[in-house]
Amino acid sequence: MTSVTMTVNGKAVTKDIEPRMLLSTFLREELGLTGTHVGCDTSQCGCCVVHADGDSVKACTALAVQFDGASVTTIEGLAQNGTLHPMQEAFRDNHGLQCGFCTTGMIMSSVDLVKKAKEQGITIDEHYVREGLEGNICRCTGYHNIVKAVLAGAQSM
Amino acid sequence: MATNGIGTPVKRKEDLRFITGSGRYTDDIHVPNQAYACFVRSPHAHATIGAIDTSAAAAMPGVLGIFTGEDVAADGLGGLICGWMVKSKDGSPMKAGPHPILAHGKARYVGDHVAVVVAETFEQARDAAEAITVDYGVLPAAVDVAKAHDSGVDIHADIPNNLVYDWEIGDKAATDAAFAQAAHVTRVDLVNNRLVPNPMEPRAAIGHYEFGTDSFTLYTTSQNPHVARLVISAFVGIAPEHKLTVVAPDVGGGFGSKIFIYAEECVALWASRKLRRPVKWTSDRTEAFLSDAHGRDHVSVAEMAMDQNGNFLALRVNTKANMGAYLSTFASCIPTYLYATLLAGQYKTPAIYCDVQAYYTNTAPVDAYRGAGRPEATYLIETLVEECGKEMGLDPAEIRRRNFIPKDAFPYQTPVALQYDTGDYEPCLDKALELADYAGFPARRSQSEAKGKLRGIGFSAYIEACGIAPSAVIGSLGAGVGLWESAKVRFSHTGKVQVLTGTHSHGQGHETTFAQVVAEKLGVAYEDVDVIHGDTSKTTVGMGTYGSRSLAVGGEALVKACDKIVAKGKKIAAHLLEAAEQDIVFQDGNFSVAGTDKSKSIGEIVFAALVPHNYPAGLEPGMEETAYYDPANFTYPSGVYICEVEVDPDSGVTEIQSFTAVDDFGNVVNPMIVEGQVHGGLAQGIGQALFENAVYDESGQLLSASYMDYTMPRADDLPSFVVHTTAGTACTHNSLGVKGCGEAGAIGSPPAVMNAIADAIGTRVSMPATPEKVWRALQKTNLAKAAE
Repeated sequence: MTSVTMTVNGKAVTKDIEPRMLLSTFLREELGLTGTHVGCDTSQCGCCVVHADGDSVKACTALAVQFDGASVTTIEGLAQNGTLHPMQEAFRDNHGLQCGFCTTGMIMSSVDLVKKAKEQGITIDEHYVREGLEGNICRCTGYHNIVKAVLAGAQSM
Repeated sequence: MATNGIGTPVKRKEDLRFITGSGRYTDDIHVPNQAYACFVRSPHAHATIGAIDTSAAAAMPGVLGIFTGEDVAADGLGGLICGWMVKSKDGSPMKAGPHPILAHGKARYVGDHVAVVVAETFEQARDAAEAITVDYGVLPAAVDVAKAHDSGVDIHADIPNNLVYDWEIGDKAATDAAFAQAAHVTRVDLVNNRLVPNPMEPRAAIGHYEFGTDSFTLYTTSQNPHVARLVISAFVGIAPEHKLTVVAPDVGGGFGSKIFIYAEECVALWASRKLRRPVKWTSDRTEAFLSDAHGRDHVSVAEMAMDQNGNFLALRVNTKANMGAYLSTFASCIPTYLYATLLAGQYKTPAIYCDVQAYYTNTAPVDAYRGAGRPEATYLIETLVEECGKEMGLDPAEIRRRNFIPKDAFPYQTPVALQYDTGDYEPCLDKALELADYAGFPARRSQSEAKGKLRGIGFSAYIEACGIAPSAVIGSLGAGVGLWESAKVRFSHTGKVQVLTGTHSHGQGHETTFAQVVAEKLGVAYEDVDVIHGDTSKTTVGMGTYGSRSLAVGGEALVKACDKIVAKGKKIAAHLLEAAEQDIVFQDGNFSVAGTDKSKSIGEIVFAALVPHNYPAGLEPGMEETAYYDPANFTYPSGVYICEVEVDPDSGVTEIQSFTAVDDFGNVVNPMIVEGQVHGGLAQGIGQALFENAVYDESGQLLSASYMDYTMPRADDLPSFVVHTTAGTACTHNSLGVKGCGEAGAIGSPPAVMNAIADAIGTRVSMPATPEKVWRALQKTNLAKAAE
């Protein structure tokens, strides 16, 4: 067992865990934050994306101990003071989700994608969004409305 | 009319929990004191199971129990069943081998589960599972369906040549006679590639036996929890039906693959009883690839006989269908009643004959996957029709238009059992030609050529049969269940409504759509309606969601329940308003006396029913009505899809330039949700055409068992779609006039893509049209040209 301390959604947590524990397991099983979903074992599908120290991370193939001391935000921490994040609103407004399983990772990736584009002065268009979401698989929507949602979310972010 | 009633693009009720991470999927559920299961899966496609040494594993930390097929047999449990008995041409019943919940004696595909370990943690269960050794006797495997008959491999005892059934439909003599007189015959040989459904949520189950009440709860990723309850109780025999609750909470996509009853969920429940601990199993993605039921996998020959003008005279089809190692829940009806009965397509072909041989192979079971039989039928017909047009020198729109069933011919009896109640195909074609700017295609092709690219356009005119029905007919054809649906509408004192439906929503937005129907029918606020599904202890019976049945069958049951509410409300209103019952008119949530201003709102009527101080004598209190609906026929959505592609001849890469989908879904309750369903279907169909393929090697190893190897369509692989729902032809046998939209995209799109590629490169390749395949085909054509 090893001790790991991190800030998750603004709250400090310390747990004794097996060193092999994945970050996704840590969030889901140790902290009960089940909004981080696990859809594959290979970092391919993106259902498990969270933010760690400002970058998006695929939690299903990262070890929790790698994030000792880090600040992690999960989908549960995205809404602030009871107000949804503009990207969450955009997904709802544009029917950018169906079964909801990929949605949490998709939103977390989209927020980071738009934030990075804005920081780097990149024009956010359909091409940019489609390329940027290559690491997130959705089986329901055909991406059409996800792309619409991300473009709309980018406007209001 | 209700503000959020039928026809409005209401935002979804279910979205708030999904966008905030507060959805509750099976793996999110923790039952106190739960233990964890890990399966030992066969690494061989076909092998005898000798001694299983569990001694080392049993001594490992946290291990609570290890069970094998021997233990299942010792407990006298039954196996999984296939719910549809198909008869061969000679009248003999299909040959179904046993399907134990843990392999016994033999493993029949890679991933067949041989043993299960239950431990305190998942990691401990996995560690212990790796310590189990199995003495396998490796046998030769039969993998390719085209060779299954003569493989010399016997997968199940007493099933010669692995043949499950040899089935036929249509008039062979009339078909052969038409071929004998044909001016021209077009033939195509087709492989419908095997697919892995890949819902983003992997399957999971928690079995929970409670000793004190001798009762069982199963949480599972299911599209039809009630059918799971039936099979697990009546056939597997783990729990009696009245003591078993099956809960399918939020389910992260199904696409057919979660209709079926799987061994793992049965094992979790059974192990829970043996250990008196809740037992949880969650599939990882590789397990999902190996053990979720796959889709498609047909090898077919199709021929069309025509007169000199390209009028279709007869269609003749032979199909070999891969069933995998065991017959999954609905496997047998996919290549028969859900496939061959759709071979008429949108065309008035006078004679059709099809025979189908279904085979066992040493591969994962194959069952319904988005569209189930109809994509296979549509790919076959629409490839053949496109080739017919080419060979007859007719434009792809013209060959279709010439052979469409005319709009005045409905109801139309096809030569392959179905009677289409309604349809009008030309307006869809016209609209698609307009939206796709067909007239401008030659100019776009020239522009592509100028860039050194090959441009092609492809058509597809699909029809599908949704809402499988009626029960009496499917019963006579071998189905083991009725295919009605149930709905309950339950008012509380304050006028709020709970709707309990036997359908299950796993992305389709029933919580929204069904609430819209109730808001419209009862004049209550949309916000005051809550839809409950997926729990057999709440909705007592149901048949689940598949085959785009939910609104056409479940929604109509809901309408009937609303009708009963209104009928009872009229009795109460007549009493309160001192009028005759037949004079009460119900509209927009108000019960009024005709021709007067005397009126009571539905809220007042409900209150009177629950606080019956002034109430009709003899009438039961309460306002809760249940209805069942057994449809008179399938519903028949149809549409025309046009795909335009550009192929890079240097790399073989195909890019979809535009995709236009025009559908007739009858009446539409929520256009936003319907469009979303079409988008998703298109992506799955385009995925089949361009990317996806479940590949087994000759020994039966699944080579595409992860997202590293199986090409799922990603955002940058697809275009934005042009989707249009026509005013349409309303279904004639449900009062909503709805048809079903969930599968259309996956049914109609593969042939449109493949026809476009054929148009671009001048030759056909098989699905998926990978860059390598396209490039090789182009090299062959170039070499042939050079040799001329």
